[in-house]
Amino acid sequence: MTEHRNVLALLIDKHLQRLTAEWVAGQKREGGTSEPRREAETRELARRFLEELRRGAQSSQLDNSEAPEWQPMRDLLEDLSRDRVLQGFSPSETAMFVFSVKEPLFALLREEVRDDADTLATETWRMSRLIDRLGLFTIEAYTKTREQVIARQQQELLELSTPVVELWDGILTLPLIGTLDSSRTQIVMESLLERIVTSGAEIAIIDITGVPTVDTLVAQHLIKTISAARLMGADCILSGIRPQIAQTIVHLGLELNVVSKATMADALALALRRTGKVITERKSPALPAE
Amino acid sequence: MAEIPILKIGDCLLVSIQVDMHDRLAMALQDDLTERIVADRARGVMIDISALEIVDSFIGRMLNNIAAMSRVLDAVTVVVGMRPAVAITLVELGLGLTGVRTALNVDKGLALIRRIIDNPESDDAHRNG
Repeated sequence: MTEHRNVLALLIDKHLQRLTAEWVAGQKREGGTSEPRREAETRELARRFLEELRRGAQSSQLDNSEAPEWQPMRDLLEDLSRDRVLQGFSPSETAMFVFSVKEPLFALLREEVRDDADTLATETWRMSRLIDRLGLFTIEAYTKTREQVIARQQQELLELSTPVVELWDGILTLPLIGTLDSSRTQIVMESLLERIVTSGAEIAIIDITGVPTVDTLVAQHLIKTISAARLMGADCILSGIRPQIAQTIVHLGLELNVVSKATMADALALALRRTGKVITERKSPALPAE
Repeated sequence: MAEIPILKIGDCLLVSIQVDMHDRLAMALQDDLTERIVADRARGVMIDISALEIVDSFIGRMLNNIAAMSRVLDAVTVVVGMRPAVAITLVELGLGLTGVRTALNVDKGLALIRRIIDNPESDDAHRNG
């Protein structure tokens, strides 16, 4: 059993240089990069991978890649996946790094134990299984990193895109940016209603300049927000409707049942009029501050 | 059975609902209210629901009914003090209470009624911009 276990470790010990060179060359052939900087990076990674593989193989845990002996290897693969996600590698490119070690490794193995078909078969199977597991682990790490990136972006998007601004005493404005889906509508609605309560505003201007398209679903969400605000005693004015969107609304036969203005300026003027305020021109405009 | 008090403020009536509504209570309230509108010659009715944490379709319909009845008697109805969570629930249920005017609190409700009574023609114009 002992000799079986250490065939891999011995092999790497004996042929580290050759293995690395062949592996890197193989990766280059498989469509890897020919940039010198990348190549040096790959070589360094390959060297570290083989070292960890040897250390892992020297322990008695060849069949169990979950064992603590493999922890450094797992860390290495996690780092690798993270880097490759950030550099925009595809999952198969990332996994290919690990899987491509098989070719030079098995070639060496065949040379070493040429006369012993039994050992050759057993060792090939064990190594193949080990490398497969490591490869799968790499893909998992890759996916996990990707998911983290996506989750973080989603969160940032939610936080970014729902400010409620007090434009004037008693006038709130809600500049919507991006498409309205149900979860965003919920957040937008809640923050708007909370602000209506705290500020006692009677008019809310919903500006949809930043909403790329208005389809029936988005309109539905807008209507919900507007009716909820109305139930709280605040009237809504819709502003920032682009010509294209006006056409879409009519073509889709949407009935928004709300006062709408083309620009935020018009909406503000109307809101001020409704709250009984007027804007007048000064006879001599004030000088800008130095 | 608990009775919902109806308070008179000038020519407005204030109803504050603070207990769970059920059929009999709603009927009694509609009876009392219509009678008081006629007796006091009230021009406005304010219904305060700030104490309600749950407003279901039953209460929604009752509010609509009261508004319609008041309108027939030439009084304007304003629902005041709805909580944000209640507003969201009602909208999700598809109950926009379109027949009812709303205001944030009693203060603003009173001002709204004043405004509507003072210039009845501009009311619709105001809503439609």
